[in-house]
Amino acid sequence: MTLTASARPNPASRPSSIRRVWRQLSPYAYIAPFFSLFAAFGLFPLIYTAYVSLYRVELQTPGDMEWRGLDNYTALLADEFFWTSLRNTFTIGVLSTVPQLVMALGLAHVLNYKLRGRTFFRTAILLPYATSVAAATLVFAQLFGRDFGLINYGLGLVGISPVDWQTGTVASQIAVSTIVIWRWTGYNALIYLAGMQSIPHELYEAAEMDGASRWRQFVHVTLPGLRPTIVFTVIVSTIGATQLFGEPLLFEGSVSGGISHQYQTLGLYMYEQGWGFFHLGRAAAIAWVMFLLILALVGANALITRRHSRKEAGR
Amino acid sequence: MTALTDPPVTHPAPERPAARGRRRSQAGRTMRGGKLAYAVLIVAVLVSAFPFYWTIVAASRSNADMAQVPPALLPGPNLMQNFEAVMEEADIGTALLNSLIVSGSITLGTVLCCTLAGFAFAKLRFRGRGALLAVTVGTMMIPPQLGVIPLFMLIAELQWVNQLQAVILPGLVSAFGVFFMRQFLVQSLPDELIEAARVDGASSARIFWSIVVPIARPGMAALGLLTFMAAWNDFFWPIVALTSSEPTVQVALRQLGGGYVNDQSVIMAGTLLSTLPVLLVFGLLGRQIVGGITQGAVKG
Repeated sequence: MTLTASARPNPASRPSSIRRVWRQLSPYAYIAPFFSLFAAFGLFPLIYTAYVSLYRVELQTPGDMEWRGLDNYTALLADEFFWTSLRNTFTIGVLSTVPQLVMALGLAHVLNYKLRGRTFFRTAILLPYATSVAAATLVFAQLFGRDFGLINYGLGLVGISPVDWQTGTVASQIAVSTIVIWRWTGYNALIYLAGMQSIPHELYEAAEMDGASRWRQFVHVTLPGLRPTIVFTVIVSTIGATQLFGEPLLFEGSVSGGISHQYQTLGLYMYEQGWGFFHLGRAAAIAWVMFLLILALVGANALITRRHSRKEAGR
Repeated sequence: MTALTDPPVTHPAPERPAARGRRRSQAGRTMRGGKLAYAVLIVAVLVSAFPFYWTIVAASRSNADMAQVPPALLPGPNLMQNFEAVMEEADIGTALLNSLIVSGSITLGTVLCCTLAGFAFAKLRFRGRGALLAVTVGTMMIPPQLGVIPLFMLIAELQWVNQLQAVILPGLVSAFGVFFMRQFLVQSLPDELIEAARVDGASSARIFWSIVVPIARPGMAALGLLTFMAAWNDFFWPIVALTSSEPTVQVALRQLGGGYVNDQSVIMAGTLLSTLPVLLVFGLLGRQIVGGITQGAVKG
């Protein structure tokens, strides 16, 4: 039942006609603050990005727009650094997302046991989530220092020669991914944990009665029960990886993402074009490409999930 | 074949009022964690906490200490000195104040807007409700970073560049928050309560303040915490909209990391100062934050 339905005339207080009109309009008053802000600062910029991407707009004079058609896009496709950053976004995305989610799954599984100090563990692994990208990156940039970094020192103790975490392509991408993994693993573990706790206990009891080992229980009860949660985290991490920005920017503090752009991501490339080279129109084109990329990745994800679950249901 | 049924969910949808989660986890699985479980968790906690410890070590040492092998592993005596240096060089004092203003306003405004809209979507019937909710939820997954260029042009047009409202107003838009509050109120606000108030002749505003808000409070608190942390830590938009003459802490950190300051221990002192407030919030309310995240995830 809703309010309009309850507005039936009743003898105690007969609503006047003004009141009745207000009753019909008042829901809009409740959503008005959010939607006016949403329209101005949320929806409009997203849609307008596509429009701006067809113009030449300079950072110093954002009011002047000059029609360029698809030039921003063709310039983009001709720029080798666009392709570099697209490739880097992909490799850093894989390097950061896959270990992160696998470790989160393992941690969640362990956290799901009966444990002493459960709340402490849960809160402690969420600590990295509370730090900002900027703070985390500055600290890790220190730790990954080539000459005096603690990580190279630790590697030295076990007999591995120092790694140049800044200039090497693979090494720098691993370093950047490490920051992402550090910040998000605990968060994802808690989300998996919440999903695991909504799997009914009876399913495990039944599996146990059938003589299933803990591992088989994990594979045949936990994982299927977690599928919606896993899909959710994969999508969120994919979107996060696509727009990765702060980590590569502050790792060495340069907008080019390393001397040879070795860890420049699309997000950073966009920032470089817009706020490094003042080409806002070009930056808008990159934003639009990122948007399409996210759509494609999320779509592919949905497709794979659906096919997978259909296969499973057909078994 | 009737294999078209959705994923292999063989169990009934779990009912999930907020309080239930905790109870279940206690009564839940009987498997006790062995030594290995504790070992894994302790390693995870150490890895999570070590960078914080390291920040304190580095921030309390001198730059020379940081550039030696083997590196210093214990805190040193220079903490205050480094704090003073970073206050001077990156104006962290102003940055902290600005961040407090920005994050505080965003938190209050977001919680208010989202509770109002969430209530309307949860309990009021009006034309266009379904469509508006769909638009809100549909944009939830689109990163706001993709809209920064027009947003910047808008802010420039309004001559707001380098003014705090340029960061505050866009920060108030939280589609997630609306959805979160809607879900919360759908579950915890009984229709009968509103109807009874209606019958008693309470006005719409009265109902909101005296019935909806008290019930929504736990949800508002969880949303507020998540919003505050996200606003404090937001990076991309503030460095675009503000400059180092009117910085938030993230802008100041970007400046510190941009090669402007070369003293590593001063940089770490700035990092420490900028992180302390969120760590404080986290230390006091970490449990509620954990709750908010798991709630949001299960519902979202």
